[in-house]
Amino acid sequence: MHLTHLSLVDFRSYPALDLTLSPGTTTFVGSNGQGKTNLLEAIGYVATLASHRVAGDAPLVRDGADRAIVRTRIVRGDRAALVELEIVPGRANRARLNRAPVTRTRDVLGLLCTVLFAPEDLALVKGDPAGRRQFLDGLLVARAPRMAAVLADYERVVRQRSTLLRTAGAARRSGGRGDLRTLDVWDGYLATHGAELLAARLALVEALRPAVVEAYAAVAGAAAEVAIDYRASVPLPEGSVGGTGERERLVEAMHAALADARAREIERGMTLVGPHRDDLQLSIAGRPARGYASHGESWSFALALRLASFELLRADDREPVLLLDDVFAELDSRRRARLAELVAPAEQVLVTAAVGGDVPAELAGRRYLVADAEVHDAD
Amino acid sequence: MYEGIVQDLIDELGRLPGIGPKSAQRIAFHLLAADPVDVRRLAVALTEVKEKVRFCRSCFNVAQAELCRICADPRRDQTLICVVEEPKDVVAIERTREFRGLYHVLGGAINPIGGVGPDDLHIRELVARLADGTVSELILATDPNTEGEVTASYLARQIGPMGLRVTRLASGLPMGGDLEWADEVTLGRAFEGRRVVGA
Ligand SMILES: Nc1ncnc2c1ncn2[C@@H]1O[C@H](COP(=O)(O)OP(=O)(O)O)[C@@H](O)[C@H]1O
Ligand SMILES: [Mg+2]
Ligand SMILES: [Zn+2]
Repeated sequence: MHLTHLSLVDFRSYPALDLTLSPGTTTFVGSNGQGKTNLLEAIGYVATLASHRVAGDAPLVRDGADRAIVRTRIVRGDRAALVELEIVPGRANRARLNRAPVTRTRDVLGLLCTVLFAPEDLALVKGDPAGRRQFLDGLLVARAPRMAAVLADYERVVRQRSTLLRTAGAARRSGGRGDLRTLDVWDGYLATHGAELLAARLALVEALRPAVVEAYAAVAGAAAEVAIDYRASVPLPEGSVGGTGERERLVEAMHAALADARAREIERGMTLVGPHRDDLQLSIAGRPARGYASHGESWSFALALRLASFELLRADDREPVLLLDDVFAELDSRRRARLAELVAPAEQVLVTAAVGGDVPAELAGRRYLVADAEVHDAD
Repeated sequence: MYEGIVQDLIDELGRLPGIGPKSAQRIAFHLLAADPVDVRRLAVALTEVKEKVRFCRSCFNVAQAELCRICADPRRDQTLICVVEEPKDVVAIERTREFRGLYHVLGGAINPIGGVGPDDLHIRELVARLADGTVSELILATDPNTEGEVTASYLARQIGPMGLRVTRLASGLPMGGDLEWADEVTLGRAFEGRRVVGA
């Protein structure tokens, strides 16, 4: 798929922007702080309904404005969709598809599929498990938009259940009884929603593994023994590979783990088992990448995760739009050249760079200059 | 900040659900500019609703007497009780004309974050209503979202052992939603296709 149009009203630094896009590569060049990332962030928002940089929506609305509007026209094969999002901080966003309002904003998920490469990706390798869980969940939703509802339900159950444990724990410590009558019911929902998420993540890791190994070798320019493995907080049944067929067994595993953890959970006032406590372990030559990998190896791994996402979505026939935000500046010239070669076959690649020369010439494509929240044709 | 009583009005309006500071201000100035007769009618409606409307002694729906209109109607099927979260859900279900039994309004759903536990809902009163054996089926029509589902499961566990048929509205209602938003046809169909839930 590709975008033919992006328009912004009061999004980040842009009071108004109207941009025509075409398939192939487009590079946005401009010095720091001019609004390059803001462009890709807006496109990523249409795909995921979230920013890759901030958790809340308030920073996305231009200072002094009360709402932001992002409009894109998405072409997939011989079909086009016009998606409009109105972002109002503190309230539910509104969405329109082909000018008609949709019931729930979530219904537009799946219309645009993107893979974003950003300097922040290094944290996938060097940072906390939360970032890697977010990586897996983002890819789950990109492959199957209904997973957004599963994730939302699971997160809601975790928050409610943890509050129940915390409140009851506090009451017990101060001599009260602490009301845990509804805990069994919450456990039931935690187990079913948790097992569904777990089954999906396990299956995703299985599908991703060969693609990551291949992409790592391609980016690093040398075969290395890299591995990705799902580390569950719940002891898994022998030989688990995820997928819907395993859901029942995983529900049981969740129940067993919850029974085991109950006393500790009440004492600590939090939900200690479930996919919200899991990690994706990345290793090189049998050692965890976090803490052992060099800077160059870490970058190769981060790029390999994104490139593998690209391959997987492609294989699903969801040909994503690739967004490369300022990544070439982070890489040495060999990795630059290989990355350029690997992304070039995509239907559409949108690249940003502070220095035009950082983008390998064969990828540069059409060029725009970004200055002070305005975008002009450079050619 | 505005002069004393104008600001008081804005503050009071701002405490209503779904009304932020900007809307509160807009409504306040609309009222200041409106015809005094219209404003008086609104004031009367507000005081009367608090003086005359109370909650039904049996089902906790809004009522103008001891019993609500539905509980007082002898033509309603006394063997069926439909459990809902709020009085507005009664209105939504009545619109479908699919249900001819009685209701029980819980007054919310189990919600630890909101500080709502079983004792904060009219669950004990529900159990008491079932004691004499007149009711043969209990339909759990709490909202199709996390808290509504948990509340329904909790009730099914409490009431299951009493030996009556406990059913839940069929799925097909928009998940993550509110009963009130479901259109009449979908809600009516959910009633027809209700399924028995185990304890
Ligand atoms: N909500 C906002 N309102 C106005 N300006 C903003 C807002 N958010 C970010 N900006 C501005 O956008 C600029 C950063 O844009 P960005 O796209 O990140 O730059 P770069 O071109 O370096 O990628 C900064 O000048 C920042 O002040
Ligand atoms: Mg940037
Ligand atoms: Zn009544």
